[in-house]
Amino acid sequence: MNAQLQPTGSAYFLTDLGNEVETHTLSVVVTNEPGVLARVIGLFSGRGYNIDSLTVSETQHEKHLSRITIVTTGLPSVLEQIRHQLDRLVPVHQVADLTVEGGDPLERELALAKVAGTGEARLEALRLAQAFGATTEDATLESFVFQLAGRPREIERFIDLMSEIGLVEVSRTGIAAVTRGAEGIK
Amino acid sequence: MTREMTGAEMVIQALKDQGVEHIFGYPGGAVLPIYDELFQQDQIEHILVRHEQGAGHAAEGYARSTGKCGVALATSGPGATNMVTPLTDAMMDSVPIVCITGQVPTHLIGSDGFQECDTVGITRPCTKYNWLVRDVNDLPRVLHEAFYIATTGRPGPVVVDIPKDVQFAVGTYEGPQNGRARTGYEGYRPQVKGDRDAIRKAMDLIATAKKPVFYTGGGVINSGTAACQLLRELVRATGFPITSTLMGLGAYPASDKQWLGMLGMHGTYEANLAMHDCDVMVNIGARFDDRITGRTDAFSPNSKKIHIDIDPSSINKVIRVDVPILGDVAHVLEEMVRLWPSVSHQVDKTALKSWWSEIDHWRSRDSLRYRPNDKVIMPQYAIQRLYELTKDRETYITTEVGQHQMWAAQFYGFEEPNRWMTSGGLGTMGYGLPAALGVQVAHRDALVIDIAGDASVQMTMQEISTAVQYELPMKIFILNNSYMGMVRQWQQLLHGNRLSHSYSEALPDFVKLAEAYGAVGIRAEKPDELDDAIREMINVKRPVIFDCVVANLANCFPMIPSGKAHNEMLLGDDVPEQEMSTAIDEEGKMLV
Repeated sequence: MNAQLQPTGSAYFLTDLGNEVETHTLSVVVTNEPGVLARVIGLFSGRGYNIDSLTVSETQHEKHLSRITIVTTGLPSVLEQIRHQLDRLVPVHQVADLTVEGGDPLERELALAKVAGTGEARLEALRLAQAFGATTEDATLESFVFQLAGRPREIERFIDLMSEIGLVEVSRTGIAAVTRGAEGIK
Repeated sequence: MTREMTGAEMVIQALKDQGVEHIFGYPGGAVLPIYDELFQQDQIEHILVRHEQGAGHAAEGYARSTGKCGVALATSGPGATNMVTPLTDAMMDSVPIVCITGQVPTHLIGSDGFQECDTVGITRPCTKYNWLVRDVNDLPRVLHEAFYIATTGRPGPVVVDIPKDVQFAVGTYEGPQNGRARTGYEGYRPQVKGDRDAIRKAMDLIATAKKPVFYTGGGVINSGTAACQLLRELVRATGFPITSTLMGLGAYPASDKQWLGMLGMHGTYEANLAMHDCDVMVNIGARFDDRITGRTDAFSPNSKKIHIDIDPSSINKVIRVDVPILGDVAHVLEEMVRLWPSVSHQVDKTALKSWWSEIDHWRSRDSLRYRPNDKVIMPQYAIQRLYELTKDRETYITTEVGQHQMWAAQFYGFEEPNRWMTSGGLGTMGYGLPAALGVQVAHRDALVIDIAGDASVQMTMQEISTAVQYELPMKIFILNNSYMGMVRQWQQLLHGNRLSHSYSEALPDFVKLAEAYGAVGIRAEKPDELDDAIREMINVKRPVIFDCVVANLANCFPMIPSGKAHNEMLLGDDVPEQEMSTAIDEEGKMLV
């Protein structure tokens, strides 16, 4: 979906689009209860916002708090609106725009890539995996499953290269992100 | 208090503890235990509607005319889905509603059981919050939380979905304030007090404005009568002009000389031009809706904008503002009124005077003028007469949606808040009749009138039966032009006068229909019989359907065609056919 064509909460389009679209990483701390994820993603689909990546897991068991990490793309005004709309949801405890607040937040992702092939392709796959620091989690005579954790861009590059060689399938966790330094968002 | 009881008893007990006196509902299999408890008490009066949508709108009317929370009760499946329209309506217009729905027993959830639907899933986007209660011991907390969330912050509808086995199960009931936090959601903390620095900055802007305007909305009314009182104080102290959205009518008295009338698509010439030309705009509890702004890139181009709103997502959503103030209107206004004397010396009285003379010039254009007719009743005339003959009574007005709604907003003068109930955001045809029901339940002795259209009124007509059953003497005043007038007006503007399916063919005889329901039917067809007929309507202490036969083809002006700016209004008396058909350009046609 093109964020530039998003209506801004009315039937009218903001004609002054201002600056370029930006990609931001949001951390959303929510009460872990049934339906909470549906509320968050329903907000995105209902209002026409983008989700590039979504990761969710309970992070504070004793308080039943989950942390949802969302990577989203939009105009600065739309990103601001997303933050306020999220904040308005009752089970949302906190919304932090890590890209704004954290400067350069740490963003990491894990991927499992299944690569099949024999002969030279198989050797090349292994060499590439080594070069990227991926681990071999499963091997047969004609396949490997590699695990790679790292920056999303690195994973992207790894997958691009592997698809040249014989990528069968890939599963990615989505992005986990925290800010640098001693301060936490909570 | 803490006591063992069934889930169904808890529902009734919680309603009592929350001070609920009336609920609107319709029984069914999945709420029978709750209905059984209702039967065994007489503290809460249950109003049996004819369709769940009626219960929802009645609860809305009840809430908006009292400032309290409205309560609706429906069964699972179709009962819940019929509630979706009023819930969405309440969401858009920020009306506090607690809707309790029955659900199939927990062991049947997900099995496509009889009258099962995913109520929390369906109502998630149209409620402020909703709960499916699977454990009876959670029920008291959830019920109290439901009232708290519905009524605090920006108010809105909530749904509590209770499976039938949970209604039968026994658990421990706790009262609303049993030493617990009001809600388990730490993140839910509506900001009530405005930021002092922002308020001070706003006051400096206000004091030094040369062409100021107050633009107020439904948020003032939601904030309560104190907010309306403070608004009046501030507006009078400053001497500034004030206009309001559809939702905000009544917060400021329409008879006051500083009142410009409603603004927006069908607002007055002076209100819209004041908005367009002002240098400081003070938005109090309004949300820059598209019916208000018109073309956003041409909206009030030269003004500094102050925006007071309790909902942070309303700020900078459509229009960028210069001074946002997050908080409850009453709290912020209190601070503003307190600060005014310390800044009022900066006021440029000469500038203000010339601003008013500019406004008076626009006013003299008399944009609501229409051509009188002594043969047929003009719809505007009907509202004017209705106003003149009812203004000295305690009168509450509800409306449906369409031309009649805009004429009511333009020609009925509201002096007090909570007297005007209309579906603004969602634009729900069929809102007014059941809403009037709810208003009349809350104000038994008041005069409650639903100003309706011949098409809208048929959407929820069945609720007249409810009015008859409960002896609610509400009046349905139908401006009958045999058309879906607003649809037709747009077809004239946009679609070459091809009136596709906007003629009300096969209309019922409303007088006979009233009689069939056991209500009173009155018809007026000529201007000279209108006053007597309205008096008769007022004097009958029973529900009345008033069939006011009006000019068929009258249109609602002034109008800002979609895609146009405030200073590009169409005025009623000078719109030739040709201009009508070209008023909206290609780009505007895409808009609603």
